[in-house]
Amino acid sequence: MFYREAGQFKSTYSADMAVFPIWQDRVGIAVILLVAFIAIPLFASDFVIASVMIPFLVFSLAAIGLNILTGYTGLISLGTAAFMGVGAYACYKMTTFFPGVNIIVLILLSGLFSAAIGVLFGLPSLRIKGFYLAVATLAAQFFLQWAFVRVPWLFNYNASGAIEVPQRTLFGIAITGASASPETRYYVCLCLVVVLTWFASNLVHGKLGRSWMAVRDMDIAAELMGIKLLNAKLLAFAVSSFYAGVAGAMMIFLWYGGGEAADVFNIRLSFNILFMVIIGGLGSLIGSFFGAAFIASLPTILKFGLPAIGIPLAGATAEHVTFMLVGALIITFLIVEPHGLARLWQIGKQKLRTWPFPY
Amino acid sequence: MKKTAMLKGAALGALLAAGAVSTPANAQDSVYFANNAYRTGPFSGSGIPIGDGMRDYITMINERDGGVGGVKIVYEECETGYDTKKSIECYEQAKSKNTIVYSPWSTGATLAAIPRAHIDKIPILSMAYGLSASADGTNFPWVFIPPFTYWDGASLMVKHMAAELGGMDKLKGKKLGLIHLDAPFGKEPIPVLENLAKKYGFELKLYPVAAADMQNQGSLWLSIRRDRPDYLYNQGWGAMNPTAVKEAIKNNFPINKLVGVWWAGGDDDARAGGPEAKGYKSLNLNAAGTNFPVIQDIQKFVVEKGKSLAPKEKVGENLYNRGVYNSMLVVEAIRNAQKLTGKKVVTGEDMRRGLESLNITEARLKEIGMEGFATPTTISCTDHSGHSKAYVAEWDGTKWTKPGEWLEPLKDEVRPLIEANAKDYTDKAGNWPKRAEPCEKSS
Repeated sequence: MFYREAGQFKSTYSADMAVFPIWQDRVGIAVILLVAFIAIPLFASDFVIASVMIPFLVFSLAAIGLNILTGYTGLISLGTAAFMGVGAYACYKMTTFFPGVNIIVLILLSGLFSAAIGVLFGLPSLRIKGFYLAVATLAAQFFLQWAFVRVPWLFNYNASGAIEVPQRTLFGIAITGASASPETRYYVCLCLVVVLTWFASNLVHGKLGRSWMAVRDMDIAAELMGIKLLNAKLLAFAVSSFYAGVAGAMMIFLWYGGGEAADVFNIRLSFNILFMVIIGGLGSLIGSFFGAAFIASLPTILKFGLPAIGIPLAGATAEHVTFMLVGALIITFLIVEPHGLARLWQIGKQKLRTWPFPY
Repeated sequence: MKKTAMLKGAALGALLAAGAVSTPANAQDSVYFANNAYRTGPFSGSGIPIGDGMRDYITMINERDGGVGGVKIVYEECETGYDTKKSIECYEQAKSKNTIVYSPWSTGATLAAIPRAHIDKIPILSMAYGLSASADGTNFPWVFIPPFTYWDGASLMVKHMAAELGGMDKLKGKKLGLIHLDAPFGKEPIPVLENLAKKYGFELKLYPVAAADMQNQGSLWLSIRRDRPDYLYNQGWGAMNPTAVKEAIKNNFPINKLVGVWWAGGDDDARAGGPEAKGYKSLNLNAAGTNFPVIQDIQKFVVEKGKSLAPKEKVGENLYNRGVYNSMLVVEAIRNAQKLTGKKVVTGEDMRRGLESLNITEARLKEIGMEGFATPTTISCTDHSGHSKAYVAEWDGTKWTKPGEWLEPLKDEVRPLIEANAKDYTDKAGNWPKRAEPCEKSS
């Protein structure tokens, strides 16, 4: 009833191949974009924008990156945080070398550095799979994090080893640095995430995405069909690290605003992003958003939301509750719905489609 | 389709926003003070006693005096787990509730907050931690770091070493090891120690400990055994400190040559070494123990009435008293701000003025029951630290003692470095605002 596609006929192949073939989906997207671009900056408080929405966007992008690698290509990585770190430090070094270049360009370019490092650490994926590959990427995590702390060139020989985010403007409005308002930073994040999601969506629905999924489902069969494993796997690593790198640069420049960077990109973050992908749904872009909202925003909402609506919860207790709740929910999800929130969403849509007369 | 997630975020956001509105706005007769705390995570061992001390002093002021100048202090803890991400959330929360001062309680959190303070008009009080260069009030009008900085601490360590050896000239050819957390907090003293090493001809050895390896310092102590430093300075925090004390004992390093920064002076840090930890030293800015009227008042008005979170026997321990000292600074600054502005309910901007002209004299310390608890501290327009005195505390097996005198840091060495680094910091930040706030005269 709400979601009936009866009467929506497709008369061209392109209409049939569209990412959102159903009218209701397109309306839904438009509504959500309107909410994201207009309603949230208008009505949400600074706290919500700075502490809930910006982190959510940053993690969504990182989760999309990992999803391309793990969900679409079937290669497990535990080094996402390190690749994010490469992006952040690359962006920092570039702002020192090219102070005149616009920061958004630099944030996007820093993804390229991350992609290069990702390809380097992705090379073993040609020979090893599964857990062994996870361990190889773990090496990337440890090595890169070590480098962030021990290579003073990366943080410009700063006495405290911290990254300082300089002020940069776009059309005269500060978008990084302390005077950038949360709304501005949110807009920049949102635009980057929307554009990169659109790009990722085109990638995974195209020839490249098909070859990735073929590799995931059975790499020998894929090779027999003429897919070059070397190209497909390394490209997956490159694209995935590119997304992670951009997310990392966004994290430091648009969210944190400088400070202790080396310890931010730790293994816990890598795991968290992996959880986002697993809970959100492997091989699904929307799942990346669901997962990020779930893992990144839930603790904040528990900690600040519950006391705000009148349920007194001490900070330390909230932390413990978060740990228990997230842990329990991860286990529940893995048992009840291994395909994650994205699958639940799909089921929900299916139900709406046949409502009120289920088969 | 992905945008549905955003919708979900928006809905949750709306929930939060609605909540933020429903929280009581600052009532007419109270001021709001947000304090970061970490009662969870790897640093909770040090974070809990500090948080208890902070909380209890404010509670005592509210209970005993009915607040400051007739104004109650609404005190709220924000749990960070010593995680920078959560600290940033806590900063945003404190800002949205109009905190009169932000107390970051971590160097990482301080570094993240410093660039925002002058824009959000929230003074930062980073008591003896944070960015050493922020002691330069000309460039950092919104950041306060009394009673001294990590750089003062490092110079005190060198001074202590020289005093034991018998003079600054005896430092030549000696070896000083620095065990430090491999994070901004741990790296802070390095520039001063490097400078002093060059000047006095001693050798500086660095032993960095990654946050993940705090309780696993075995390999580090192998290198310490190989290098045989004459003295060790431990810039550690949380689980790292008891491990260092235990490792020193295990490796037969003379325990009286191991000196911790003031954050390595927790009772539990030293206690972990057992009886053999007797003689372990730590720099200190406050006295330990309950023999002060202020602590006795806390016991009377807070602990005995069951309003404290601290176990009775922990009241008066070193880090607990440090928390008390920090809260005292806040309360005195509120009092000063009230005096300056004539207002009862002060704002963040008033607090900045109150902090900048804070002058805690010997007489004032006596008045508030803190005689001998700490030394007088004066903050001025240019000097946001005061570079006050500290002493080298010694663990006698059961408690911290004060065997020596209050020592002054090598201000002549530290101050030029602070000014140079402050300039460097603000230059790099780009578009750092020139100080526009007028100076207050010390009261």
